[in-house]
Amino acid sequence: MAVELMTDMSQTVAAHPAGTRRYRRATTEGPVAKGVLIAMALGFLALFLVLPLIAVFIEAFRKGAGEFLFALREPDTLAAIRLTLTVAAIAVPLNLVFGVAAAWAIAKFEFKGKAFLTTLIDLPFSVSPVISGLVYVLLFGAGSMLGPWLKSHGIEILFAVPGIVLATIFVTFPFVARELIPLMQDQGTGDEEAALSLGASGWQTFRFVTLPNIKWGLLYGVLLCNARAMGEFGAVSVVSGHIRGLTNTMPLHVEILYNEYNFVAAFAVSTLLAGLALVTLVLKSFLEYRYGDEIAAAAKH
Amino acid sequence: MDLSIKSARKEFDGFPALHDVSLDIRSGELIALLGPSGSGKTTLLRLIAGLERPTEGAVFFGEEDASSRSVQERNVGFVFQHYALFRHMTVADNIGFGLKVRPGSSRPPKEEIRRRASELLDLIQLSGLENRYPSQLSGGQRQRVALARALAIEPKVLLLDEPFGALDAQVRRELRRWLREIHDRTGHTTVFVTHDQEEALELADRVVVMSQGRIEQVGSADDVYDQPNSPFVYGFIGDSSVLPVQVENGQLWLQDRSIGITARNVADGAAKLYFRPHDIELLDGCGGCIAGTVAASRRVAGTRRVELEVGGARERVEIELPIEHTAGANGRIAFRPKRWKVFSEREQTASTPTTEDPRIGGFDERELMLATTL
Amino acid sequence: MSTLVAAQGWRFRKPSVIPGFGLTLGFTIAYLTLIILVPLSGVAWRTTELGWTEFWAIATDERTLKALRISFGTSLIAATINVVFGTLVAWVLVRYRFPGRRIVDAAVDLPFALPTAVAGIALASIYAPNGWIGQLLAPFGIKAAFTPLGIVIALVFIGLPFVVRTVQPVMEEIDNEVEEAAATLGANRFQTIQRVILPGLAPAVLTGFALAFARAVGEYGSVIFIAGNIPYVSEIAPLLIVIRLEEFNYAGATAIAAIMLIISFAMLFAINLIQAWSRRRYGYGG
Repeated sequence: MAVELMTDMSQTVAAHPAGTRRYRRATTEGPVAKGVLIAMALGFLALFLVLPLIAVFIEAFRKGAGEFLFALREPDTLAAIRLTLTVAAIAVPLNLVFGVAAAWAIAKFEFKGKAFLTTLIDLPFSVSPVISGLVYVLLFGAGSMLGPWLKSHGIEILFAVPGIVLATIFVTFPFVARELIPLMQDQGTGDEEAALSLGASGWQTFRFVTLPNIKWGLLYGVLLCNARAMGEFGAVSVVSGHIRGLTNTMPLHVEILYNEYNFVAAFAVSTLLAGLALVTLVLKSFLEYRYGDEIAAAAKH
Repeated sequence: MDLSIKSARKEFDGFPALHDVSLDIRSGELIALLGPSGSGKTTLLRLIAGLERPTEGAVFFGEEDASSRSVQERNVGFVFQHYALFRHMTVADNIGFGLKVRPGSSRPPKEEIRRRASELLDLIQLSGLENRYPSQLSGGQRQRVALARALAIEPKVLLLDEPFGALDAQVRRELRRWLREIHDRTGHTTVFVTHDQEEALELADRVVVMSQGRIEQVGSADDVYDQPNSPFVYGFIGDSSVLPVQVENGQLWLQDRSIGITARNVADGAAKLYFRPHDIELLDGCGGCIAGTVAASRRVAGTRRVELEVGGARERVEIELPIEHTAGANGRIAFRPKRWKVFSEREQTASTPTTEDPRIGGFDERELMLATTL
Repeated sequence: MSTLVAAQGWRFRKPSVIPGFGLTLGFTIAYLTLIILVPLSGVAWRTTELGWTEFWAIATDERTLKALRISFGTSLIAATINVVFGTLVAWVLVRYRFPGRRIVDAAVDLPFALPTAVAGIALASIYAPNGWIGQLLAPFGIKAAFTPLGIVIALVFIGLPFVVRTVQPVMEEIDNEVEEAAATLGANRFQTIQRVILPGLAPAVLTGFALAFARAVGEYGSVIFIAGNIPYVSEIAPLLIVIRLEEFNYAGATAIAAIMLIISFAMLFAINLIQAWSRRRYGYGG
């Protein structure tokens, strides 16, 4: 058997006289295989990721810049932009406060049921956006106990801004917490204990020691949270009621325009959202590149 | 299988890791490549394995130039420092891997592979653990599995890269003895890399001492300990004390005093006297000796280590004394090394490491070098 | 130490000098309960109100069954495609250096960042019969948009980063020595990849598959524009929920939602099992 292998080898060598034969490191592929794999991967990404993005911009300018700008200046569009910004401005800070509080409790202390609590925080990620909206319809809808009672007191939740905000909070709930928990767990409690031993109060410890340690991770989480908050479609669609100019966020507005065959306008509004996505990606990559050590998600890969 | 490295040079991005290294290894030998980190010992080992390709020079397996052969074709058994076991495979699958990936015609049948694996498990004394996964083994057990896996392919040579480096001292000593046994039993030509001189001296037939990409000396444990051929080897292997001296007409002088040591064949001028701290004799008076005042004294196991300040420049040297010796503070001690070596400073500065393979040019021919006395 | 703990008996948390435990944990639990748990439990509440027979009638309704089958079927296909190409993309990003690699790496997250409605209309316009790719497919008699194939395309878009971002870090940690070991044992490059590297990645790939699948099953925005939404043919389960809601058929919507929730929690559980099993067996998770 060993002899066979030997002859096998000498044949190979004979076919390629020593020196002229290309030597390849044991842990890489040949240039051809490499090229084919890179081409396949890039081709796939170009087809599935880049092409749709390009399509958005091309479709938006199909009838020229004038139509594009006209679509953006439409009052309903402006109202949708305003609403989207308002919703994000409420949902993101609330989830930020929650994320910091949850991360503090979970990362800095050892207590029973911690793993379970962490799983619960991740829950919204495994729930369909449509169901995220549905739960509020069930809670505040006509068939519920709460809805009619609130309505009799003049408070509208469903098919109004509060419902949209609640649905948005639901779907963006885990972003900040899930970014901060592993980060703060890695950092441990040493710094805080040192600050406390030096006489700092709890708030001072957080403000001057913890916060500077987590600021980039926090920003990273907020960035992702905001992108999702402004772009959420399914959950918001269920609770919004689609009232033009009133309860239409930008993604919902895109849908309405598209269904009205007003493609240029639909894609024009889409360019704003696509621009938001690109800015998010650029900032995210920058944070990963520049502050990779201080961001848990990036440190993982 | 004889192994021969001929004038191998290896650069990484223009940075030389090996300079013109030549080495002959006889069939069945157990060789240690010993040196500090960055000395090129692992590079040399990887060159033999085919994991690296020499920038210049060649590697011969027997009569055949293996330089252009890929790792796969060289049929070497390589054991990595961190075991590199396949963690998704059981112990038995790890050991059988090399046989399983052979091309169809030379691949043994499944039954045969299993039989070989269990034979090797017997050899490494881990019978019964064939269905364990690597994560369920201790470090020492993992390293033994890695060795069995390398032996399974019936390698022409066995190469081990710091095989015990990641293990704790106890396991290390055990495995060392065990590797020697396996080597004696299987008779493979074996090369292992280590930075632990105790390991190298205890285990190897011959030790190759390396420094800064060059071979400093090749020899048996006795050779490199008793006849070190360079200041580096003297300093690296075993304890040593150094004293700067002057050579005049073959006599050694410490400032204005002769220290009673004759050094023939050493050029006049500045030189360094090397000796082992324990290899000295104490003298009463001082007509031709080294005398100094005690600067510090420490008890180390069965001996007492004393640091002496010697001469006007207060050079510090260390010597070992029996514990009974009461070396009080500021007491004066006079001694003379029983064995020593003198290395001329001129040679050191004039021609930086002129290491050829020391076995080719013996040190007698190298006039600058030294005088040895017993 | 252990006797001390034993003497003190069960305690909710380990003592710590760091302040704020009560405040932050209290707030966390209150917020979690109000925003997530109470609303979610509404689904369970409404489902039990339905009663078993009515629930069963909705669940086994022809249209519901079809919608569920389309959702799970297309998600399965899409997640499988994502496993193949996601692993390939991760490999290329981790192993090869080529111009623009950083940009490509960043672009992988586009489906996370791009609002689903935007992705949906963009894909629909590309794959429509007169779209860039649609018109290339048309001569072969392939219709992508407004068919289940279109759903698969949208779900591949949505799920890709899940596989890449799960596999990539594990791939980066593959010890170079392991590949060298395989080579010294005589394995050629293909054998090394097939027998050593890919099996080692299996837990991560499985996790990525499960994440992409779970996301695809619930996906709504990117699908509805390209799917055509023809009942019994290309109508996904989340859309059926929306349709039932628009008909004010809360019972119908709730029942479908309950089924989907149960399945996605089962998926979540499965992911945790895969990771726990892998960690126990091989000493690493996915």
